[in-house]
Amino acid sequence: MEWIYYIIEPIYLLAALLFILALRAMSNPATARRGIVWAGFGMLLAVASTVLIPATLPASSTLEMNFVLMAIAVAVGGAIAYYAAIKVQMTNMPQMVAIYNGMGGGAAAGIAAVDLMLGGWPANMYSPLDIVGGLIGSISFAGSLVAFLKLQGWMTQKPVTFPGQNVVNLVILFLAALFGAFFLAQPGFLSGIPVSFLILFFVFGLLYGLFMTLPIGGADMPVVISLYNALTGMAVGIDGFALNNYAMIIAGVIVGAAGSLLTLLMAKAMNRSISNVLFSAFGSKEESGATIQGSMKPTDPDDVAVMLAYAAKVIIAPGYGMAVAQAQGKVKEMTDILEAKGVSVKFGIHPVAGRMPGHMNVLLAEAGVSYDKLFDIDEINPEFATTDVAMVIGANDTVNPAAHRQGSPLFGMPILEVEQAHNVVVLKRGQGKGFAGIENDLFYRDNCKMLYGDAQDSLGKVIQALKKL
Amino acid sequence: MILDIPQWVLLYLPLIYIAVLAAFTGYEVISRVPTLLHTPLMSGSNFIHGAVLAGAMVMLGLAQNLPEQIAGFVAVLLAAANVTGGYAVTDRILEMFDRSKQPQKKKEA
Repeated sequence: MEWIYYIIEPIYLLAALLFILALRAMSNPATARRGIVWAGFGMLLAVASTVLIPATLPASSTLEMNFVLMAIAVAVGGAIAYYAAIKVQMTNMPQMVAIYNGMGGGAAAGIAAVDLMLGGWPANMYSPLDIVGGLIGSISFAGSLVAFLKLQGWMTQKPVTFPGQNVVNLVILFLAALFGAFFLAQPGFLSGIPVSFLILFFVFGLLYGLFMTLPIGGADMPVVISLYNALTGMAVGIDGFALNNYAMIIAGVIVGAAGSLLTLLMAKAMNRSISNVLFSAFGSKEESGATIQGSMKPTDPDDVAVMLAYAAKVIIAPGYGMAVAQAQGKVKEMTDILEAKGVSVKFGIHPVAGRMPGHMNVLLAEAGVSYDKLFDIDEINPEFATTDVAMVIGANDTVNPAAHRQGSPLFGMPILEVEQAHNVVVLKRGQGKGFAGIENDLFYRDNCKMLYGDAQDSLGKVIQALKKL
Repeated sequence: MILDIPQWVLLYLPLIYIAVLAAFTGYEVISRVPTLLHTPLMSGSNFIHGAVLAGAMVMLGLAQNLPEQIAGFVAVLLAAANVTGGYAVTDRILEMFDRSKQPQKKKEA
């Protein structure tokens, strides 16, 4: 049925344009919502027109069943994902983004699997692309799943390491590639050995994704999530080549490029290379030998309230601890009270604060904090010197002045320069170290006071005290 | 055909051009996105690679035996979840950044 392509291809072109316009609209909060609606419209058109392809296939023994399966898969997959996306708490958003991204990778792997079973090299000249797309898709699927488990707290957020890890991982990747090549080299598919090569190929691809993500710790998740986003995009784009599907090529390649850029930005925000994030099991070793002068000075909510109420300018630096404690609502409440008292309140947002890119911005927006008050590290850093109180809520490594000290694992990482403020209050659960396993010099500074406890709890008490003033 | 253009130029080159230009487009468009919107950017691009659903449907349609049907079914299932979940999550996040909706949000909270 040739005629359907006169309908499908122009629609794909339109969809691709809408995708690009949508991403462009996302560069501004005022137009961003419009953008996702455009992209959604483009996707609806593209998917709806694609139904024409299976619908006009010559009748076969399986075609009817395939349509039933398709309807079930779309209905079940769509309904579960929609329900979960609507119900999930904003603080759990990183794992949702990770899991949906992983599913895209799994779908790309599934497509490659079907295409390879339908016909391999040399009958299907695109089959090497299926191998590449299938491998990247499987890695993204298994890797995102591990990221999801770590973020959901169903497995430890600490790096999982064992001796010779990098070598083992490399062997697994090599075996996956080897079985993929074996499968291509075997003619006569679907009989005996070649199919099991295909299974081995996917098993090792999935294993690699799993093993690759195990040694990556919780605080490196912003890099990992955007990396897998890029990988899924690439897998989809490569599958698009194999299927001659232009909508998939453009969508996949654009996402691959966007995700790669975001991954690089995240790694840069930690002054570490991508390979350092992926292969060094950062945070599994504790720093030793660094001695810090002074002691941590605890304070209480009443003192903090007084300090805040009589300040002219306050900057809040939130971190993952705010998300864990679900304290964003209290932060907003405190901000409102302080502003009513004439205190200027701003927020300093570190690019890798939290567990995904932009995590803190999303939580504060959820609480109703206007995005005019949220500032990038470069914008806010010059302001700390003229700030009366800097309040650190559940952040550690992103405010650690050890980043200025030669030889520290954090050395060179851009940090929020909270220590320059006249007073610093740190809201923290206990005396533990940050994710990087490094003592935080900040906590020992003379101008720094510690308010121990759950951030939501502590802020509640500070708010009570502020109301009494 | 008057010119003697090799087959690969006709078949593969346009695809490579598309990929290269799309990569540049993606890079250029994204480099303007502020830190503030990094999450919706990521989940939005997450939604866009949900176009994989189109390919998954074609492949399931082509499936001719049980292993192919299983792989195709899994592909469609995962792709459908990717695309609906990606959209719903992005829309929820962007709703919070939507200025016209913000005052209402405050009352709910």
